[in-house]
Amino acid sequence: MDFLRPDSLAEALALKAQRPDAVPIAGGTDVMVELNFDHRRPAALLDLTRVEDLRTWDVDGDSVRVGAGVPYTRIIEELGDRLPGLAMASRTVGSPQIRNRGTVGGNLGAASPAGDAHPVLLVADAVVEVASTRGTRRIAATDFYLGVKHNALEPDELITSVRLPAARAPQQFAKVGTRNAMVIAVCSFAVALHPEQRRVGAAVGSAAPTPLRASAAEEFLSGELTATGQWESPRPLLDSVKRRFGELVAEAASPIDDVRGSAAYRKHALSVLARRTLGWAWQDYPGKVA
Amino acid sequence: MRVDVTVNGERRVADDVWEGESLLFLLRERLGLPGSKNACEQGECGSCTVYLDGVPVCSCLVAAGQAHDREVRTVEGLADGERLDPVQEAFIEAGAVQCGFCTPGLVVAAHDLLARVPHPGDPEIREALAGNLCRCTGYEKILDAVRLAASKR
Repeated sequence: MDFLRPDSLAEALALKAQRPDAVPIAGGTDVMVELNFDHRRPAALLDLTRVEDLRTWDVDGDSVRVGAGVPYTRIIEELGDRLPGLAMASRTVGSPQIRNRGTVGGNLGAASPAGDAHPVLLVADAVVEVASTRGTRRIAATDFYLGVKHNALEPDELITSVRLPAARAPQQFAKVGTRNAMVIAVCSFAVALHPEQRRVGAAVGSAAPTPLRASAAEEFLSGELTATGQWESPRPLLDSVKRRFGELVAEAASPIDDVRGSAAYRKHALSVLARRTLGWAWQDYPGKVA
Repeated sequence: MRVDVTVNGERRVADDVWEGESLLFLLRERLGLPGSKNACEQGECGSCTVYLDGVPVCSCLVAAGQAHDREVRTVEGLADGERLDPVQEAFIEAGAVQCGFCTPGLVVAAHDLLARVPHPGDPEIREALAGNLCRCTGYEKILDAVRLAASKR
């Protein structure tokens, strides 16, 4: 096995072009488990922790570019105001030790349906920036997840950052697990209000082969809020509206029975998560866009 | 490959390190520092917690090569010569050790918490130790130890 240690993004991309079989490693929270348990013996590891460009975030107009190697702890501490949904999801990742190392880039690279960041990236209209020596591309999060642990990345590409509009209205995330720490989601859900577009984002995690948007639920609620004039003058949401939203979220999922939970349980839990998180988000919605 | 790493303030060099090896293996098997414990090897138990460039991490999830030219502080590096760190003293005084296997990781996690938050509330203590498992279920004494160490600051 080779251990490749680039000091810059240009060097990392050159190495990945030469060695498309090299497995990128940042926080190591997925890759090292596979190595420790003999589940994977890559020809090379490409250590990205020395590439400073990947470890920074910056504000670019109305959006925030988060380097793929920024650990969850820093997202929580530094970006909670601009990216509340992503910070919320970050707080539910693993333990303090895991959050100190794990990164959104790693979540995207592994593309596990259970990754905690995914539902939030989907509802917040995130764009994944990937690069190779051939150039850079921007892939909408909705187009990034192709299958179980399979994403839109080409073999010579690296994930460099994720770009999200700074939140201008409430976002919420919740997940179900057996305890608060060190839990792989049984299922998870994110909701984001986009009042300037008269639109709601809703997405589920760990309840289908990929993380996915619950489009019918989004359309139902967006239409309901617009038709009743509630973007301008919000009133407490009717229980029937919250319940219907939850049902449509559950219908969007296609979960399986596995060791973490049954498909039926996941569907039920998703409808509850959707109802609750929508309630929390709506409670915080001031009725005008900041 | 060669890994050159500062451990507990001392420059250490290890040769013939396998590229897929963990920092935990390097510390225990090559550098003779068995304080960090090897249990789950998947970041679930926290027994292998060390500081890497001042940040607590599971050393089982750090590739040895990632620690090259970096600074590691293990549980062995907390005491000042013969004088134990106050967190270690508090674990002894509170009787927060049963089989002792999880203790090094918990001591490092608690040490980090008190460095960041000198007087943490119980929710903060629980959150800070959420990544460390004790299978003797001695958590109450461990919480006592952290409260005791905080009270003496």
